[in-house]
Amino acid sequence: MENNAPVISVKDLTKKFGKFTAVDHISFDVMKGEIFGFLGANGAGKTTAMRMLCGLSIPTSGHGKVAGYDITTRPEDVKRHIGYMSQKFSLYGELSVKENLKLFSSIYGVSNADFKKRSDKLFDELGMNDMHNTLVKDIPVGWKQKLAFASATIHIPEVVFLDEPTGGVDPVTRRKFWELIYKASSEGMTVFVTTHYLDEAEYCNRVSIMVDGHISALGSPTALKNKYGSDTMDEVFRIIAKDATRSD
Amino acid sequence: MAILNSLIKKEAYHILRDKRTMIITLMMPLVLLLLFGFAISTEVNDVRVVAIVDRHTDETRDIVERLSVNPYISFKGLASSSEVDKILGTGYADAAVFIKNNDGNPVSQIIVDASNTVVAQASTGYIRSIISGSSSVAPTLTQTLYNPQLKSAYNFVPGIMGMIFILICAIMTSVSLVREKENGTMDLLLVSPVKPATIITGKLIPYFILSCVILFVMLTIAYTVLGLPVSSRIIDVVVISLIYILLSLSIGLLVSAIVNTQLTALIVSAVAFMLPVIMLSGMIFPIDNMPTVLQWLSGIIPARWYTQAMRKLMVQQLDLGYVLQEVVILLSMTVLILAIALKKFNTK
Amino acid sequence: MSAAVKITGLSKSYRHIRVLDRVSFNVEKGELFGLIGPDGAGKSTLYKILATLLTPDSGEARICGLDVVRDYKRLRTHIGYMPERFSLYQDLTVMENLNFFASLFGVTVKENYDLIAPVFSQLEKFPNRMAGALSGGMKQKLALSCALIHRPDILLLDEPTTGVDAVSRSEFWDMLSTLKENGMTIMVSTSYMDEATRCERIAMINNGKILAVDSPTALVENLDENLYNAVGGDMFGLLSRLKTLRGVVDCYTFGATLHLVADKNFSADETVGLLRNSGLPDVRIYPAIGNIEDLFIKEIRNGK
Repeated sequence: MENNAPVISVKDLTKKFGKFTAVDHISFDVMKGEIFGFLGANGAGKTTAMRMLCGLSIPTSGHGKVAGYDITTRPEDVKRHIGYMSQKFSLYGELSVKENLKLFSSIYGVSNADFKKRSDKLFDELGMNDMHNTLVKDIPVGWKQKLAFASATIHIPEVVFLDEPTGGVDPVTRRKFWELIYKASSEGMTVFVTTHYLDEAEYCNRVSIMVDGHISALGSPTALKNKYGSDTMDEVFRIIAKDATRSD
Repeated sequence: MAILNSLIKKEAYHILRDKRTMIITLMMPLVLLLLFGFAISTEVNDVRVVAIVDRHTDETRDIVERLSVNPYISFKGLASSSEVDKILGTGYADAAVFIKNNDGNPVSQIIVDASNTVVAQASTGYIRSIISGSSSVAPTLTQTLYNPQLKSAYNFVPGIMGMIFILICAIMTSVSLVREKENGTMDLLLVSPVKPATIITGKLIPYFILSCVILFVMLTIAYTVLGLPVSSRIIDVVVISLIYILLSLSIGLLVSAIVNTQLTALIVSAVAFMLPVIMLSGMIFPIDNMPTVLQWLSGIIPARWYTQAMRKLMVQQLDLGYVLQEVVILLSMTVLILAIALKKFNTK
Repeated sequence: MSAAVKITGLSKSYRHIRVLDRVSFNVEKGELFGLIGPDGAGKSTLYKILATLLTPDSGEARICGLDVVRDYKRLRTHIGYMPERFSLYQDLTVMENLNFFASLFGVTVKENYDLIAPVFSQLEKFPNRMAGALSGGMKQKLALSCALIHRPDILLLDEPTTGVDAVSRSEFWDMLSTLKENGMTIMVSTSYMDEATRCERIAMINNGKILAVDSPTALVENLDENLYNAVGGDMFGLLSRLKTLRGVVDCYTFGATLHLVADKNFSADETVGLLRNSGLPDVRIYPAIGNIEDLFIKEIRNGK
């Protein structure tokens, strides 16, 4: 893991909707190759913050840089250099596995040669060689999840944003997915992930916990557990989030 | 009864709180009626005509004189026969009239630009009646019944009513039912001891009342602003409209029993019901001019029978006896569709 | 006659896919019973059958002695069903929703208020707020109040805590415990394995099949696995290595540690020695106590 340059750098980032301050002066850095867990209670402002980082929403004030581009002035460049995967696995059910992958790679301007090379490698690694032409709606949820991750990273983005990627998935599939995340991180990709499963927070290099628009805790799982005298991240989260005054 | 009451109350809240839909629902009939009543007209005015006369006589002068003073015709003067092609080609005039003297009797020929068939037909008709009105030729007497001013608004009122009820009743009921399916609230209703028939009745009554309001608005406009002749036929009009409203509601119910998302409900209602109503119900295109297959097809479109009945009652002022066929057809369609919808709705 | 729910050999297929495969278990009166399994395991289908919204292909289910197919009309007053998604009228207020559902069952909010009080008390402050404007946790409480208002004998809650944060989830389970103490029978489904411990007994379900039914403690005691924790600096590296070692049946992440399932020939000391000599100096391996999640992983591994 190279820890020299931050891939995400946020300073006093704020978003207001009218009088309501959804995200209130948050600051943090995420290093290259890091797995950064972004936790928070419902309505804490996670989604709003994530939308700003992905260039989908312009901050009210404060600064943010993602993959070297300013999120306020160059959101289009930001979008080109990140990957995004949501809980709903935004895949096209009526397209085949390969067609989905091809679609996302052409959206991000991946050359045909690169696509061929990467998709062959991906299919090998994921063990999906015999399902190139299967329609996505017909494959099991575990494969969909892997394919969604592959689609989100086919253009080898600097950072990939995962929004509750493992919601409702069985424990085995969930773990296999985390192995994919580990692998991407070991290859230098930065991973920014939100989850409701607090055991998954333990798998992150660092974790931030948002409460009422602020970042209330930030550090490695070990450091946070020591700080709050808890054995698990679950306890840490409860201690921090129980004072939350707002919910979505 | 208490359950039905609270179902209706709940539905009323849904309708009244969705202000935007409410406004559209009430404005649409108004706008459509006024639009067709005033702005859009199939009457042809200002037909531009030139005359070519080989030798002027009293008779030809008389014809030219009458062409130039007719309110529907804008007379563009005399021309020579060599110019006719150019005049019609450039669109300077819509029609040219050749008047020749055949031993003192004028013989006429009309050349008309038929790129717009409606204008072409109307102009020929006008010109022919003007020429035949000439003293030396025996006049053809034409008397227009029922709609003496040939106001196109008269013709459109029944058609628009046929369309509006399908639009509002079918689409609104189906969308509101399917919304409950999508939100999962339908499951909650179904697991309660309430009978499916009660759920449906609770849905239909509020929309029936809303449709009655719309019917009132439309009839008021038709009989006042658009000036349709008022007569005791109004009672028949209302009764048949109520049957048609019930039929439209049943169609909405049937759609909602078949589809599962609000979007499909909208598309199905629009494509499967709106388009045929506009194209095949005789609202715009006369059924008699359609190919036989389409005439058959138009037979299964409820709006066709309703529009036909409304035309007879509202425009022609005929007795209820003349629309018995339509009433019977509408009634049987209602019973049939309602039965199918209820059956579909009941199966798990 | 003490079983509140009695399910025997229930099967259901959609287009040749077996969603439920000979499901059988009982829920006792007054029990807080959990149905634990991932999305797509068949939980919602089972709930819909119990709620009389679907008919099974074969098998039988009885609630309070009434058959879900034949006696569905009589059954409906006995059950309080809360479907998977938030299912209330968003454009009606809190009180309008509650009154509406009360009237469906021919009761008044007043006569059954004692029952919903522990749940509804927090909502009393804003009776005229639109349900659509409530927070996630509040919506959930309103939905539960609506499911309770006709004083059912059994609550069927389908994934009430999905998409809700850890704190609200825990609050919700506290409310269920209170209801249970007041004598309510509750059958609740969840995809969160850690919620299993909040139930008296659970049924584990995957791919339409019931894997096991028992109390969470009994299930874990019978896990019968040679289970170890493994920790090290480079967890991902350690995980990949351990998976290749002989004697290791399975290895997976488990919170801050890795869980290692070993066969009889496995020696923790030997393995640690081996790993320390091959570039993983800070490895520790020590016995672990399994939980429901370990059991689930075991059952899936064994191809159930």
